[in-house]
Amino acid sequence: MDNQLIQRLKEAKGKGAKLFCAYLTLGFPNLSTTEALILALAHAGADIIELGFPFSDPLADGPTIQFASAQAIKKNVRLNDAFRLVRKLRKRGLRISILLFTYLNPIMHYGMSRAIRQLHQSGFDGLIVPDLPPDEGKMWESWFQRFNLSLVYLIAPTTDHARAKEIAKRSSGFVYYVSLRGVTGARSSISPDLIRNLRIVKKMTKKPVLVGFGVSSPKQARAITKVADGIIVGSAIVERLKGGRKGVRSAVSFASSLMAAMKRKE
Amino acid sequence: MKSTEQSKKWKGKPDATGHFGIFGGRFVPETLINALDQLTAAYRSLKRDRKFQKELAYYLAHYAGRPTPLYEAQNLSRALGRGLRVFLKREDLCHTGAHKINNTIGQGLLARYIGKKRIIAETGAGQHGVAAATTARLFGLSCDVYMGAEDIQRQALNVYKMGLLGARVIPVYSGSKTLKDATNEAIRDWVTNVDTTHYLLGSAVGPHPYPAMVRDFQSVIGRETKMQMRKMTRTLPDIMVACVGGGSNAIGFFHPFLDDRVKLIGVEAAGKGLNTKHHAASLRKGTIGVLHGMKSFVLQDPNGQVQLADSISAGLDYPSVGPEHALLKETGRVRYETATDEEALLGFHLLTLLEGIMPALEPAHAIGYLARRARSFPRASKIALCISGRGDKDLEVVRHSKMNSRSAH
Repeated sequence: MDNQLIQRLKEAKGKGAKLFCAYLTLGFPNLSTTEALILALAHAGADIIELGFPFSDPLADGPTIQFASAQAIKKNVRLNDAFRLVRKLRKRGLRISILLFTYLNPIMHYGMSRAIRQLHQSGFDGLIVPDLPPDEGKMWESWFQRFNLSLVYLIAPTTDHARAKEIAKRSSGFVYYVSLRGVTGARSSISPDLIRNLRIVKKMTKKPVLVGFGVSSPKQARAITKVADGIIVGSAIVERLKGGRKGVRSAVSFASSLMAAMKRKE
Repeated sequence: MKSTEQSKKWKGKPDATGHFGIFGGRFVPETLINALDQLTAAYRSLKRDRKFQKELAYYLAHYAGRPTPLYEAQNLSRALGRGLRVFLKREDLCHTGAHKINNTIGQGLLARYIGKKRIIAETGAGQHGVAAATTARLFGLSCDVYMGAEDIQRQALNVYKMGLLGARVIPVYSGSKTLKDATNEAIRDWVTNVDTTHYLLGSAVGPHPYPAMVRDFQSVIGRETKMQMRKMTRTLPDIMVACVGGGSNAIGFFHPFLDDRVKLIGVEAAGKGLNTKHHAASLRKGTIGVLHGMKSFVLQDPNGQVQLADSISAGLDYPSVGPEHALLKETGRVRYETATDEEALLGFHLLTLLEGIMPALEPAHAIGYLARRARSFPRASKIALCISGRGDKDLEVVRHSKMNSRSAH
């Protein structure tokens, strides 16, 4: 049986719908807000939740997610909190696709094979590790398959053609396309070569291509999804959570505005 | 020591994918892979490029002041007794006062060959930052140095020096505001400006090819030592000792001897003690993890968050260690010991008073270790010890420590 991610990707393909993936830092501003936010985003129509487990040295992340990570670490968030939360949400019947996002070190320290089992048992659909390129991830791919989990790889604008093809082939579920040279964080515009690069990547693979890093406005969401199959939004959502109690509402209405922009017909 | 078996083992490390056994590798965002591929290819060809090697040798000799002397420290040897003979490899006499320049000249030259006009560097104590800024002047490159805000406070003189050398020092306020975070920030800069910028990493750490490349540039220390020992004693040393933070001076010192029957000892910083949380002994107390693009030993908490290292010497204050050291530890080829802050201070005063040589607090750990353990070494051993840098930068720390020269007597 397909996991929730694969199912959702197939549904979207059938309907010709674009995909919206929201990144959240687990435990920022606290665990109960993370839970409320996942439910609210699911309700608002998000397709995928990328649940970020914080790491002390997030070298692919900009200031927003660095800040959120540091705050969550101060609260002593554990990987087991992620597993517990998702298990609870699944018990309640939540069907949205959920991926774990984390740097390699926390997972390796926990034990990769143990983490894979826990991901599977708690109801995660897969894993994204920004500092695990396919060259280093190879040995684990069959493990993920065996546990019906997707290991999603990233392609960057600097990735050469042959390598991008190989990554697209090995990435499971969808392909994560990094929109820019740089770290995560809201940008006011999309980089000029993005659309052209996306067309090239789209030709390489039948898998959905989702674009992340820097996506932060309805206008960008719309422009990108004219070519790509969806967007991944992180910092722009997390930034709104800094706003205290109103944060959740503000984050969800922001996410809704992006989803609306993606759906709007010409 | 099983020297023939070892020699087979040590040839061709790292492997083609940049691994030292299970350590090393390239655990970086995809954006950097292409740059690392290019760097690997460029370095591989320059390694055999006679013009490049000739130019490198020229600058090392006429600019950095190589070869550095090997000095037989007779007063120290006498004080240790038992017929021990201690030879000091004087990297403190390099231009800018430490071994760091061997690597910055190598990589600076490489940056010029591959057409990168801008270099970035991370620095803790500021020694690598100063060496990088110096090299940038030499080769006409622009230079930005990332430095933790805490370290900027502690190392005002080196910050001033970098400014004089025309480098921009960028304060890092994230995380612990020290070397670890400066390294993160340098990598983030590189991810953003990868087309125009060479990341001049300062130690034998990070993703492949850095650990191998930095080792090769620093191996001049060990090659010279080998020739000088042969000239002075007609044999190789019995024991070699070097301090280990990231591990670049130690790997450069040891590497040419890995296949020889020489006992190798790396000394990590035990800070306030191995049983406290305040140390930097990644090899002795760390567990296997991934930091700054490499798999190695890392000081981390039960949740896999990287912990802060702590040492009186900023240059050893790093919560991980180069992947080749990790393998050398695992195979038992190098023994890794430690010295506390106090032992380092003792080492500093000992060498200053006995030989009139003020070592940096990093190699002072090696001296402190030697002073403590000399009695357990076989009689009449010949010991080569790397003085990786000079002590000027640490005088404030020494002055404010409780130990003064009288208590060292």
